[in-house]
Amino acid sequence: MMEFKLPSLGADMDQGKLLEWKVKPGEAVKRGQVIAVVDTSKAAVDVEIWHDGTVEELITKPGETIAVGTVMAKLSGAGEAVAAPTPAKVVPPSLRKPASPAARKRAHELDVDIDRVSGTGPHGAVTLDDVEKAAKPASPTPTPTPTPTPVADRQAEMRKAIGAAMSRSKREIPHYYLAETIPMHKALEMLARANEARPVPERVLMGALQLKAVALTLRHYRELNGFWRDGGFQPGAGVHVGVAISLRQGGLVAPAIHDVDQRSLEELMRALADLVKRARAGSLRSSEMSDPTITVTNLGEQGVESVLGVIYPPQVALVGFGRIVERAWAEDGALRAAPVVTATLSGDHRASDGHRGARFLAALREQLQRPEEL
Amino acid sequence: MRKISFREAMREAHREALTNDPRVFLMGEDVGKYGGSYAVSKGFLEEFGPERIRDTPLSELGFTGAGIGAALGGMRPIVEVMTVNFSLLALDQIVNTASLYRHMSGGQFSVPLVIRMASGAGRQIGAQHSHSLENWYAHIPGIKVLAPATVEDARGMLASALADPDPVIIFEHAELYNMEGELPEPWSTDIKSAMVRKPGTAVSLITYGGSLPKTLKAADMLAKEGVDAEVVDLRVLRPLDDETIMASVAKCRRAVIVDEGWKTGSLAAELMARIVEQAFYELDAPLARVCSEEVPMPYAKHMEQAALPQSDKIVAAAKGLFG
Repeated sequence: MMEFKLPSLGADMDQGKLLEWKVKPGEAVKRGQVIAVVDTSKAAVDVEIWHDGTVEELITKPGETIAVGTVMAKLSGAGEAVAAPTPAKVVPPSLRKPASPAARKRAHELDVDIDRVSGTGPHGAVTLDDVEKAAKPASPTPTPTPTPTPVADRQAEMRKAIGAAMSRSKREIPHYYLAETIPMHKALEMLARANEARPVPERVLMGALQLKAVALTLRHYRELNGFWRDGGFQPGAGVHVGVAISLRQGGLVAPAIHDVDQRSLEELMRALADLVKRARAGSLRSSEMSDPTITVTNLGEQGVESVLGVIYPPQVALVGFGRIVERAWAEDGALRAAPVVTATLSGDHRASDGHRGARFLAALREQLQRPEEL
Repeated sequence: MRKISFREAMREAHREALTNDPRVFLMGEDVGKYGGSYAVSKGFLEEFGPERIRDTPLSELGFTGAGIGAALGGMRPIVEVMTVNFSLLALDQIVNTASLYRHMSGGQFSVPLVIRMASGAGRQIGAQHSHSLENWYAHIPGIKVLAPATVEDARGMLASALADPDPVIIFEHAELYNMEGELPEPWSTDIKSAMVRKPGTAVSLITYGGSLPKTLKAADMLAKEGVDAEVVDLRVLRPLDDETIMASVAKCRRAVIVDEGWKTGSLAAELMARIVEQAFYELDAPLARVCSEEVPMPYAKHMEQAALPQSDKIVAAAKGLFG
């Protein structure tokens, strides 16, 4: 038996309102399937399930507002008998997460947050094994991260949510900031050449190219890609880049494009366009809200030359790009006009140091001089 | 190693005690001419004579009291009470007198008395002859309570009980008399420890007396389903061997108590309380128990079997401790 709990879809989200169930009791569900739509302060989010199984019971009713972590539904696992014989008295529902005494003791010893461990024991209780498995580093269990709450004045709610996340960031994260000016003529030439052969709707924009360059560079700077949780750094399971998207009605979201380092530029461009469209339509998926391992923000379109961003907790870094501008550029002893962009890194000093951050930015600069690799 | 029945092991133990110690005598209803309700003393009257194999009137209060007196006077009496139900008539002698004499006399007197009684259900002998009231006696300071469940303990526990300076009650589950088993030679039995009858790692099945064979069978069934169960035979119900119990629970981290007594106020309840007191942080699942249904024991065979702990119930309870 598995419990499906309302995931936190943002560092600042503490509750959500169930808008509708997409599944019925008895229905089989697959990992990644959208099973519910939950209204947060930022958007109506399609919430995905992370295990294969069969829906046993839907507990939360549409219209109900519930706290993050509340059990919304019960599911039986794949291949698990729907009703196992349990002649023993059913344990009354506990207000706190069920966990065996041995599991709690070991969690304390291993400094594991038991509320983040999923239980496999009777009544979904966390067992000793669960704790020990969870204590192993970099378990790829999807752990929800950052965003919103529901209701009436969405804009006010969104301001509140952004305020909470950014306040937490500035309160908790010791930021350091670095900047580097990157020549962009090679990248622009490559893009122009490639776009000539593409029909207009399929043209790749510089934003997608920058995302790819950041993602490829991050492969060698894992301490910038992941989360700061429970007093320690957890590397991300993949490079899932959160893209800061401003919304027309005000506010912003930063949903993830998954595995950016493994996608072609064309795929990235499609994903980016799709993500912007859905973000503005308010139909993001829960994994997109919770998975970003780093955020990239690009304020070049708005005309600024550089942006020093605020890290979105529990992420540990943010990369900013400004406008591509023509500047007098000295290279090989000659002066000429060249397009350049200012790339910045906001780093969490708990997870990395300026020395590594500087090398990351230098590597990013060099990556953008080899646009053919992108 | 030889094959022997539980009854025959009891008979050998008695014969040995009667032969080796002239202070030992057996007393009770139908122990002489009839040979004992469960034929433990069959032929003893002829073998040892009416002085040492004494038929008594139907008065448990009277002959248990006589046993106490004889013990105080230097004898080593074995008092057989036909079943635990009838022992209720002797509760005053056992609880108010035998168990308290050492205390009330400031240590001047002890009562080296052995009381044997049959207990338990499963043989269609009706609600009045089927009780499992071991816990009533295990509640009383001043006495020891034994529950042999193997031929080795049937053979060895009587001598240890007779050697003890204080009252000892031996519960013989009526379903065990016909059970056969291998008796190791020499056997070794103490009357202070619980024993692991089958080692395991995943769940500790703790039981005693007539439930031991059912529990061992349940462990076999669980093994077929990949659950490595350990079986602990309590053997001594008072005082309980906490060390062995807690070691098993700490190893397996899950426990099912199997007790033919009714759940409410049972020995199983006492065991659960002790485990929670002493091994709480070792537990990886709630404790479970399999007891008799809370009804007077039915006479009809299918209903009686349904009311008792059974191997399949034990298996289900054990599996319920896993997710």
